[in-house]
Amino acid sequence: MGKHVLVIEDEPNIIEAISFILSRDGWQVDTHSNGGDAMDTVLSKRPDLVILDVMLPGRSGYDILTDLRNHHETAALPVLMLTARGQNKDRDMAERLGANRFMTKPFSNADVLDAVRDLVPQ
Amino acid sequence: MTASMNLLVAVCLGYVALLFLVAFVAERAALRGRGGWLRSPVVYTLSLSIYCTAWTFYGAVGYAARSGLEYLTIYLGPTLVMIGWWWGLRKLVRIGRTQRVTSVADLISSRYGKSTLLAVFVTLIAVIGTTPYIALQLQSVTASFASIAQADPNAASLDDNRNIALWVAAGLALFTILFGTRNLDANERHHGVVMAIAVEAVVKLAALMAVGVFVVWGLGGGLGETLARIDASARGQWQVDGARWAGLTFLAAAAFLTLPRMFQVLVVENEDEGHLRTASWAFPLYLMLISLFVVPIAVVGLEIMPAGSNPDQFVLTVPLSQGQNTLAMLSFLGGFSSATSMVIVASIALATMVSNHIVMPIWLRLTGGGAVISGDVRHVVILSRRVSIAAVLGFGYLYYRLSGGGAALAAIGLISFAGVAQFLPALLGGILWRGATRTGALVGLSLGFVLWVWCLLLPSFGTGVVISESVMAAGPWGIGWLRPYALFGLSGVDPLVHAIVWTMLFNAGGFTLASLISFPTPLERLQGAQFVNVFQHSGRTQNWAGDTAQSEDLMVMAQRILGPAQSQALFQEEARRQGLVGYLPEPSPDFLARLERELSGSVGAATAHAMVGQIMGAATVSVDDLLAVADETAQMMEYSSQLEAKSEELTRTARQLRAANEKLTQLSVQKDAFLSQISHELRTPMTSIRAFSEILRDGGALDAETRAKYADIIHGEAIRLTRLLDDLLDLSVLENGQVNLNLRTGVLAEVIDHAVAATGVENGPLRLVRDRQAEEVMLETDLDRLAQVFINLIANARKYCDAAAPRLTVSVQVRNGRLMIDFVDNGTGIPRAAQALVFEKFSRVSDQNAGGAGLGLAICREIMARLDGSITYLPGQGGAAFRVTLPVAQRVAAQ
Repeated sequence: MGKHVLVIEDEPNIIEAISFILSRDGWQVDTHSNGGDAMDTVLSKRPDLVILDVMLPGRSGYDILTDLRNHHETAALPVLMLTARGQNKDRDMAERLGANRFMTKPFSNADVLDAVRDLVPQ
Repeated sequence: MTASMNLLVAVCLGYVALLFLVAFVAERAALRGRGGWLRSPVVYTLSLSIYCTAWTFYGAVGYAARSGLEYLTIYLGPTLVMIGWWWGLRKLVRIGRTQRVTSVADLISSRYGKSTLLAVFVTLIAVIGTTPYIALQLQSVTASFASIAQADPNAASLDDNRNIALWVAAGLALFTILFGTRNLDANERHHGVVMAIAVEAVVKLAALMAVGVFVVWGLGGGLGETLARIDASARGQWQVDGARWAGLTFLAAAAFLTLPRMFQVLVVENEDEGHLRTASWAFPLYLMLISLFVVPIAVVGLEIMPAGSNPDQFVLTVPLSQGQNTLAMLSFLGGFSSATSMVIVASIALATMVSNHIVMPIWLRLTGGGAVISGDVRHVVILSRRVSIAAVLGFGYLYYRLSGGGAALAAIGLISFAGVAQFLPALLGGILWRGATRTGALVGLSLGFVLWVWCLLLPSFGTGVVISESVMAAGPWGIGWLRPYALFGLSGVDPLVHAIVWTMLFNAGGFTLASLISFPTPLERLQGAQFVNVFQHSGRTQNWAGDTAQSEDLMVMAQRILGPAQSQALFQEEARRQGLVGYLPEPSPDFLARLERELSGSVGAATAHAMVGQIMGAATVSVDDLLAVADETAQMMEYSSQLEAKSEELTRTARQLRAANEKLTQLSVQKDAFLSQISHELRTPMTSIRAFSEILRDGGALDAETRAKYADIIHGEAIRLTRLLDDLLDLSVLENGQVNLNLRTGVLAEVIDHAVAATGVENGPLRLVRDRQAEEVMLETDLDRLAQVFINLIANARKYCDAAAPRLTVSVQVRNGRLMIDFVDNGTGIPRAAQALVFEKFSRVSDQNAGGAGLGLAICREIMARLDGSITYLPGQGGAAFRVTLPVAQRVAAQ
């Protein structure tokens, strides 16, 4: 019944934290930690929302976002981008490429939850 | 007892050799900067004595014998100028210095807008006026030879005297060329020549005094007796013709200023304005001394010498007739000195004029100025000077041969004086009257010159030679008022006075009138201001006063004109001289004068003066100054061509700046990337810490195990953060070279043992393979830092070696005095593309997150650089392989 969130992130501890927060709120959470085959995972899991890190091994978060927007099945998929670089140009880049929300690490758990609720119509 | 001609020739040669020596020594001393004694006011004063030529030495007695005391006018003129017009001379000298004047022609041309026409005209007049004078000197030397030869029965025939004149001319030319064109100093000063003529001045004075003393006390029977004889003779009477006295005194005074040779020693060779102070009393004293015994010698000579003897030779023939051969010899040398010194300086002065104003302009026109660019003008100038000197002396000799040496010596001298005196209105007007113009100078000079030629020069060749008897008596074409000696009906006057009156009247009148009605060119007006107001423009008497705030403005201005480097050096040097630190000296009058001089090299004296004046707030800039500024446009044009050269330099500088800028941009990009990386590395652990600490804070349904796990994560991430900060600090210290090395002696094996223990690798799966015997190597280095490198390498192997049974082999070898320690594992190694990056900051090879920030190998590289060693990736070893290289400790290498 719970909506489905895919977390693409390479830091195990951060994956664990986000999974815990969302699961506690009733979301179904899948995780993926490599950039290279992230697109395949999205297409196979068909999540309602993707939480996407920027600096990923294999393929960067921006490239993955571009792929998502170029694919007809995922062109409208809500994406929440997370980055630890936190410069303005990163935010601009994310918005230009079509991210629905952009958050800088470290984040407050409540903000992440609000954003996820916001982006996925209940 | 007779004087031997051979002895005479020998003495002559010896004397000339002495002059060569004096000139040579003086020149050398000046060249080595040890010629302080050359710049004595005494030398300057003595050099002025070239006014007293052979005409004075021999001719004054003859003059006195013919015309009584009138000869004194020749000395009176210069004395009046020296004593009464001292400030005027100083002005002339100052102008000569500031305008770098090289001759009287240069001065006049430069004053009147650098007019070439004027320069050529003045040069021609000078040559025409001086050539007979040079001939006169040659003649006097020859005549004195003849006088001695007459007393020597063994002497060769008199015809040889002409050859003597030739040899003398050639010898003088050689001397003048050697010492007059030795260098091309911008100041045109000739220390050797000046020193030689100073010596000659002493010789001629001593000789004349000696003859005088002999005549008064040896022949005249003492002072009282001689005075009585003078009173008794007709010569003692004051046959004063007022007009002639005034005219001659004026003429002598004018010639003293305008004779090319006098201008040369008075202005061009002047070392120091202050010397004029001494010369103003010492030179009249010299003239007084040299004229002291003229009348006694004339009177006694007329008494004791046979009738018909030439009184021009009394100085020589009187001692000879008394058998005083030594005295005669000295007297001969005195006359010889008078003649030679005059010829030398006159030919230098004329050669400078001829070369600068006639030869060089023609040469430049012929060659199209091409050589000015190729830069061999120096040689051309020197050659042209030398040729000019030879030509001037050649003219003199030719004139001597052609004229036959007939005229009385004094007559030629006075005609020559009257010729060069024509420069006077243009010269004086030029330095005293700003309204004087080029047209005025040309008109005045032309009128004066024409009248001089007609009234004095042409008739001087003798009636019927150039001007026929009928013309002399009735005027050309019967026009009576054009008679040479009775121009415009002025008859019954002494021809010389007649000529002085008319030439000066027309010259000065034409000059003034034409100046008033003609309009000066801008350059003339500028030069006029600089000449007439030389004391203001040259700045010595102008006292600016101010504080260092104005210094800054001055510096801003100076930089604009001279460029930053030159003006900063100038200001800094002055500040240091004043005992100040930095770039801003007190604007002392000395400094301001110097600054003005420097600036005027670029923008001209008047502009520089106006600019400095404006900043120093000294009065407002005068209309004259502004006019002068406006007039300097021509000079600015020249300056702009220099700017063009500078702009090329600017282009070059801009290119360099662009390159530097690109490099900086690159560095900036690198810095941004680095900051971005650090941000990422710091924020990542912070994210975990914050997220889990919030989870723990919120409480809720967490079992103890989960809570402990999350607390553990927070703890681990905090440690990771600390390690990252430590690494960053370490790297920063190493990169800045601020690291203090703790050099100690130790054995390599122990350092590796320490590193192995620190990593705790012995308890893990990684197996270490070592050769303990090979590791028994003495080291002298920072052992802790080296261990840090080893720890990094071992820890990396533990983290990244992906073999099933991970193994790290440590091998040691010494080659060429370098110790090499290789760390090779049995994993898949580092991909070829990543090998080059592995030592860069934040570079991580493997995808898996190993908890490091990617600074370890960067730190290792910095450490090894500090330890005079290196760390490199060793490809082709099967697994990841690193080689650490170190210098071997000295005594180990010796074993």
